[in-house]
Amino acid sequence: MNMHNIWFIMKREFNGYFATPVAYVFIVIFLLLAGFATFFVGNFFDRGEADLYPFFSMHPWLYILLIPAISMRLWAEERKSGSIELLMTLPVSVFEAVIGKFFAAWAFTGLALILNFPLWITVNYLGSPDNGVIFASFLGSLLMAGGFLAIGACISSTTKNQVIAFVVSVVVSLVFVLAGYGIVLDFFSSWAPRVLVDVISSFSFLTHYDAISKGVIDMRDMLYFVSLIAIWLFANAMIVNARKAD
Amino acid sequence: MTLRIEIEDLAKHFGEIKAVDGVTFSVSKGEVLGFLGPNGAGKSTTMKMITGFLTPTRGTVRVCGHDVLTDPISVKASIGYLPEGAPAYADMTPEGFLKFIADVRGLRGSDKKRAVASAAERARITHVMFQPIETLSKGYKRRVGLAQAILHNPPVLIMDEPTDGLDPNQKYEVRTLINEMAEDKAIIISTHILEEVHAMCSRNVLIARGKVEFDGTPHELEALSRYHNAVCVSVGGVETEALSRFAESLDEVAGSEPLNFNNGIRIFPKDGKQITLELSERIRSNGWQIESLYVENGRLDEVFRTLTTRSGDAA
Repeated sequence: MNMHNIWFIMKREFNGYFATPVAYVFIVIFLLLAGFATFFVGNFFDRGEADLYPFFSMHPWLYILLIPAISMRLWAEERKSGSIELLMTLPVSVFEAVIGKFFAAWAFTGLALILNFPLWITVNYLGSPDNGVIFASFLGSLLMAGGFLAIGACISSTTKNQVIAFVVSVVVSLVFVLAGYGIVLDFFSSWAPRVLVDVISSFSFLTHYDAISKGVIDMRDMLYFVSLIAIWLFANAMIVNARKAD
Repeated sequence: MTLRIEIEDLAKHFGEIKAVDGVTFSVSKGEVLGFLGPNGAGKSTTMKMITGFLTPTRGTVRVCGHDVLTDPISVKASIGYLPEGAPAYADMTPEGFLKFIADVRGLRGSDKKRAVASAAERARITHVMFQPIETLSKGYKRRVGLAQAILHNPPVLIMDEPTDGLDPNQKYEVRTLINEMAEDKAIIISTHILEEVHAMCSRNVLIARGKVEFDGTPHELEALSRYHNAVCVSVGGVETEALSRFAESLDEVAGSEPLNFNNGIRIFPKDGKQITLELSERIRSNGWQIESLYVENGRLDEVFRTLTTRSGDAA
């Protein structure tokens, strides 16, 4: 694994977001939606508490829609334009390319997340929140975003069509989020053995994100997201290897 | 002669389709190998296997001593590759694109600067370096791809139809560039433009239906033509038929046919031999005045057609 190569691929990909209006449109929409969710759905003011829980707790739902928009181009565009042939005949391994691209998308998401800082300033101005909790929540949200991105990147490598990549990623993300939700679990608990219900529930983003969004960092939750990212990126590399020339 | 590319029994099957089926050839330093064949013959597939983009079904590829299966990164590092259609990152500028390639190729600092500047200059794209690639014309896009391929001064250069879609001036420039680089590199160029065989290549491999049908110099390729060493002659005041009868009565002549642009005939020698001198002497000694006389080299398009459509399946 050549770190330089990962860095160069990441840099190119990251700059690629800003070469078109995509990056700016995305960031503006992300900030608008995040603000809307925090104030109107999360009732930021009415709660009367100096924390960013209403902000962070909305992130799984925001990410379902927005993260696939970031990840959809990663491989689908390379395959469509044929530049994948160029990339894969440079002295770069598939894993370096997969990881470089993933980090680029992740860094971009992190940037969009950081740009919500006025909210953090607001809450510090209005009260005295626990900034440790906010920082932990930020890391947790970023980690979860990585999970969504890894799913999206992998799905992007299965198609040349960005729209398909987007739609399928949204659906798969939704499944991962909803797996911890009562409706889904009820559907299974009526007939499936308890073990299976627990397994399904334990795969949910919500189950693992809930504690983090309150600022509780549990190694198991971290491990869950890290291994989720690793597994999806591994699948991503396998798919690129097998289907790059199709 | 140092062998730079060695290909042995290379094959790629896509299900039932044998895109490449047992191709063997090698290329040495200083050679420009023209890779000929009709569309769909397996040229691009072969090149994709040499460059490590496709995994062969069987066979081996060695580039500068490295096996593409066991050491793909070393193989890729020693090759400059222009894929078919010269794909690039459309939203980048040539400058950013070439810098990215230089980074990944391991060039740093002043080496990188020099490599980018020299590649841009050789590919003649210095004045479009800051325009997004997607806004460039087809010719310039091709040249950006070319610059990318030669950037790291690779010992092996592989180009899939480098002049496809270029105008005659651009073709000329690309050929000049390739000829300039030929001396210290091993180059493979795929093409179906037959005039390029003479313009650039020192050797030709012709494939059809995934198999090698010919491997030799352009001259040897031409010699396969039935027009090779054919003599076109016209004689003042002598009818075509009389001339034909006379020509065909000679020992060294295999046959003749009338030309359609004057009243002369084309005389085919036996076994493709050079018979110009004897012929002109005989015609003169017959008391005839030669109006015009010239020898044909052979017709590549005819050889190409014969080699690629023989053995029943004239596809």
